[in-house]
Amino acid sequence: MSILKWIDRRLPFISLINHELRDYPTPKNLSYMWNFGSLAGIVLMIMIGSGVFLAMHYVPHVDHAFDSVEHIMRDVNGGWLLRYIHMNGATMFFVVVYIHIFRGLYYGSFKSPRELLWILGVIILLLMMATAFMGYVLPWGQMSFWGATVITNLFSAFPFGDSIVHWLWGGFAVDNPTLNRFFALHYLLPFLILGVSMLHLVALHQFGSNNPLGIERKGPEDSIPFHPYYTIKDVFGLSVFLLIYCGFIFFAPNFFGEPDNYVPANPLVTPPHIVPEWYFLPFYAILRSIPNKLLGVLAMFGAVMVLFIVPWLDTHPVRSSRFRPYHRWLFWLFVIDCFVLGWVGANPPEGMFILIGRGATLYYFAHFFLFLPALSRLEPIMPLPLSISRPILEGTPK
Amino acid sequence: MSHNFVAYVVAFAVTLTATLAEGDTLPIPKQKWSFEGPTGTFKQDALQRGYQVFKEVCSACHGLNRISYEKLMGIGLSKNAVKALAAEHDQPDLNDEGQPIQRKGIISDKIHSPYPNDKAARASNNGALPPDLSLITKARAGGPNYIYALITGFCAAPADMPITEGMHYNPYFSGRQIAMAPPLFDGQVKYADGTKATINQMAKDVVTFLSWAAEPEMEQRKQMGVKVIFYLLIMTLVLYLSKRKIWKDVK
Repeated sequence: MSILKWIDRRLPFISLINHELRDYPTPKNLSYMWNFGSLAGIVLMIMIGSGVFLAMHYVPHVDHAFDSVEHIMRDVNGGWLLRYIHMNGATMFFVVVYIHIFRGLYYGSFKSPRELLWILGVIILLLMMATAFMGYVLPWGQMSFWGATVITNLFSAFPFGDSIVHWLWGGFAVDNPTLNRFFALHYLLPFLILGVSMLHLVALHQFGSNNPLGIERKGPEDSIPFHPYYTIKDVFGLSVFLLIYCGFIFFAPNFFGEPDNYVPANPLVTPPHIVPEWYFLPFYAILRSIPNKLLGVLAMFGAVMVLFIVPWLDTHPVRSSRFRPYHRWLFWLFVIDCFVLGWVGANPPEGMFILIGRGATLYYFAHFFLFLPALSRLEPIMPLPLSISRPILEGTPK
Repeated sequence: MSHNFVAYVVAFAVTLTATLAEGDTLPIPKQKWSFEGPTGTFKQDALQRGYQVFKEVCSACHGLNRISYEKLMGIGLSKNAVKALAAEHDQPDLNDEGQPIQRKGIISDKIHSPYPNDKAARASNNGALPPDLSLITKARAGGPNYIYALITGFCAAPADMPITEGMHYNPYFSGRQIAMAPPLFDGQVKYADGTKATINQMAKDVVTFLSWAAEPEMEQRKQMGVKVIFYLLIMTLVLYLSKRKIWKDVK
């Protein structure tokens, strides 16, 4: 005990944990929608943990990558478990993070003074997307190869595009140098995600969590310590999450995968439909909805980038959609729009899918650039609860 | 508004009729498999019959390159049986002087394709490459049902469909023409256990065997899964009750 004290006086790690994870005052009215942040952190640890062990057996070479993955599946002790944990973990990571983001949009968690917290989150999302894309290339199946070809070719739409693409590839086609660097970066980026997540936490703990009412805490009676209240709630949520996650790992491990990725990469045979992983489908739909290549690429990247400026697009003074009936409608329409885009992205760009895709793309951007700013001006400000402890409407706060 | 709606309906109708007219492939009928579902297992007699079909029929053109003879002990063959099977195939190797030789097969040898390389395989098959079957049930949409439909689905081509020289009509294959000749006919193999070797029976057996070859870990995975889910269910319940208790006084 005294040794711990000795250390803590010089390196206040225990104090830090006590302060930030134990006593840390948290709004007492957080719903289960607030479980997904800590859940995302845990999934990140699961991904890094399983990934490090996979990397011990994986060979980033075009002649051996596919075989080394099958070697993991068949010959490495528990290898199939590691790989299915990692494969389905990517899917679960995006499910959790997308819910986390939608929660932020619904409850206005990005609004002042949490703009930087939000922006750090969007940076994490971008890093996740890059990591997931490069990870999908590593097994070097047909979808790996052709997905990598399609996505890297997008950069050819920019000025000096061919030079950029050749630079990305490290040659004149997606080949061994490409696979090698993707592996190196796929191993690097998760640690950057970890770093930015730490900053995300620092920013979070500056003002504490937003809450379903979207009002600031007025006094100590509005808060409870993080431990044991939110530790137990988060662990319970984690357990429910693990049930679903393990359901996929053990009983439907390839549910989210493409059969084509169990065919070794072949640069001479193009699969009839090249589709990205489900979590990229809405963005893929936006890309294909726009007939001009450069504009399509810009729209696709813009669809993520627009999240950076949401705090300045939705400027309505009320945070929580609980007190914004019009925004609530808009929010759910936006969620539906994202699902429609995902559905369109999964289908070949033919017939009605082109039409629906264009409509949904238009709506996606209209949501951010027209409807959010318009509603910020037009939606009336409803009376808000005076405090979290007295959630009865007794008048408007100052 | 109404114009848009009409446009949608027209576009939908056009897509639908285009899909039907093109009529690429027939929908894949679902079969019953012993290895389906959360507690499904491979039946050893079916696996062994399936291996017999693979050995006597499929292996004339296809390899099973990710399975070594040793692994066949997983379908219930004895070590001696597996040794004998491996010894049936000579394998290229080098002798102590570094000269190429053919040595007797040993159990760690893989079940190779009968062709020395892809080029030779294409040359013997009208330009088509018989794929390795180790992952075939995972590598095709529809999985085991698709493979079953494909190998039992050969039939006469419709009168208006021209079939390329050396190709065979198969309504389940993309483009409806496949280079593989109908592989199975009734009574093609003699099952040791007396099971009648109908086309459907052989197809069922060999698809079971190939599903095992694609996922030899499946039984272990599902058995572990049942335990994990059971454990998590109890843990979830305990955590839920703890949460309720801890939160009891929070107003």
